[in-house]
Amino acid sequence: MTSGTVEIVRPGPLTTVQDNGRPGLARLGVSPSGACDRPAYHLANRLVGNAPDAAALEVTLGGLVVRFSQSGWVAVTGAPAPVVSAGRACAPYGPVFVPAGGVLKIGVPAAGLRSYLAVRGGIAVPPVLGSRSTDMLTGIGPAPLQAGQIVPIGDATAGPVAPVDLAPVAPLPQEPVIEIQPLDRPGWFADNALDALRDSYRVSPDTNRIGMRLQGNVIERARQDEIPSEGHVAGAIQIPPSGQPVIFLADHPVTGGYPVLGVVRARSFPLLAQARPGQRLRLRVT
Amino acid sequence: MSLRVLAYGERALLIEVADHHEALALYDDIRREPPVGVVDLVSAAASVLVVFADEESAQAASSTLRTRSVPRVDRAVGDLVEVPAHYDGADLGEVAESLGMSVEEVVRRHEIAEYLVAFVGFAPGFAYLTGLDPALHMPRRSVPRTRVPAGSIAMAGEYTAVYPRESPGGWRLLGHTTLDMWDLDREPPALLQPGMRVRFRRVTR
Repeated sequence: MTSGTVEIVRPGPLTTVQDNGRPGLARLGVSPSGACDRPAYHLANRLVGNAPDAAALEVTLGGLVVRFSQSGWVAVTGAPAPVVSAGRACAPYGPVFVPAGGVLKIGVPAAGLRSYLAVRGGIAVPPVLGSRSTDMLTGIGPAPLQAGQIVPIGDATAGPVAPVDLAPVAPLPQEPVIEIQPLDRPGWFADNALDALRDSYRVSPDTNRIGMRLQGNVIERARQDEIPSEGHVAGAIQIPPSGQPVIFLADHPVTGGYPVLGVVRARSFPLLAQARPGQRLRLRVT
Repeated sequence: MSLRVLAYGERALLIEVADHHEALALYDDIRREPPVGVVDLVSAAASVLVVFADEESAQAASSTLRTRSVPRVDRAVGDLVEVPAHYDGADLGEVAESLGMSVEEVVRRHEIAEYLVAFVGFAPGFAYLTGLDPALHMPRRSVPRTRVPAGSIAMAGEYTAVYPRESPGGWRLLGHTTLDMWDLDREPPALLQPGMRVRFRRVTR
């Protein structure tokens, strides 16, 4: 049996291949990368019976149109986007059947930023350093998908397609509250620096998989010099001299020199990954 | 002396030390005997970041790491990598002029030193080398280049480095090497890793 393929008819603003990324390679200068909204990516794989690390497509602000060479099952999760399979509207968050030669369209999500398209069997582009993820910082892994490109479907299944019509998923809040754990390192910020968090921040258009810039109250630094370069994690909230926070996301550099105010709590990270440019969010110390 | 361990989010601990020598020694020590659940270790200028798979492992390791101490710094030295260097960089003349020395003097001082990979970052395979002659310390260019060729040997502040791939950059270009700093077909792809020693060997034509 020949494996099927997915033809990228239109990639939308940005569609990349993502899986669990490349953790553990910081000594080589390689970012962890991987799907930004990990629970949504894992749900998409579960819905089509894939192995938990099967590669999927991370679709930024919708707009993806793909054609399948043979029939199969797919699922769309994450940012709730309209899904049309072979001309028929389907609900997101459930297994969707696509006939051979069928076109699947993922529209612009009503909320959120990143939708995940899992294809039963997984996207089987060649792995690089143990992962198929596109790393937008370093260029490791497959380039963002282009119109006309054909990507292979693999055999990374772990069980049957989920016997559900759709998975219950909480709607994305209009103004998410992102919980942060402050970094207990005295001396770098003004005593009242956290007061700035009383108001919400706007997500800057200058936001990508590497980091999210926020616009709002200035977070006052007590010192203007840089910290000696230190290791970073996704969710670290850096405060450059401008006082406007920059939050590192999946493709963050492994070291950096701006002081860190705190780190986004793991349970809030998926919400952060779904915050789209122009929307507002709140940072709350918990 | 017990270690200064900071919770760096829920899944990581940042251990602050005096300098990159202590950081490398501690990095080696933790690599040899890692706490349960370690996913990644980042040795940096004056700290080691320990990243864990989950919050429970990070919390459990927090107290045990505190009881460790920075190991003796004069540990066994790392592998020595020799980098053939063509000293033909675009900034060589300007560097010599602002330091008030001849081009030959700049090259001699850069070539004679033995360097240590203090940490990596900025790009895959980009190693920050310490051991640069203090007489050569200069801030980075005020206007960074949009395009620095792969293999460029450069310096900024107390560091020297080789750009593994073409990228933007503000470091001062002293020359280039034909040695591949980053090669995905090699295991590991990065030629230089924390703790290794580096010498530049001048190539003349």
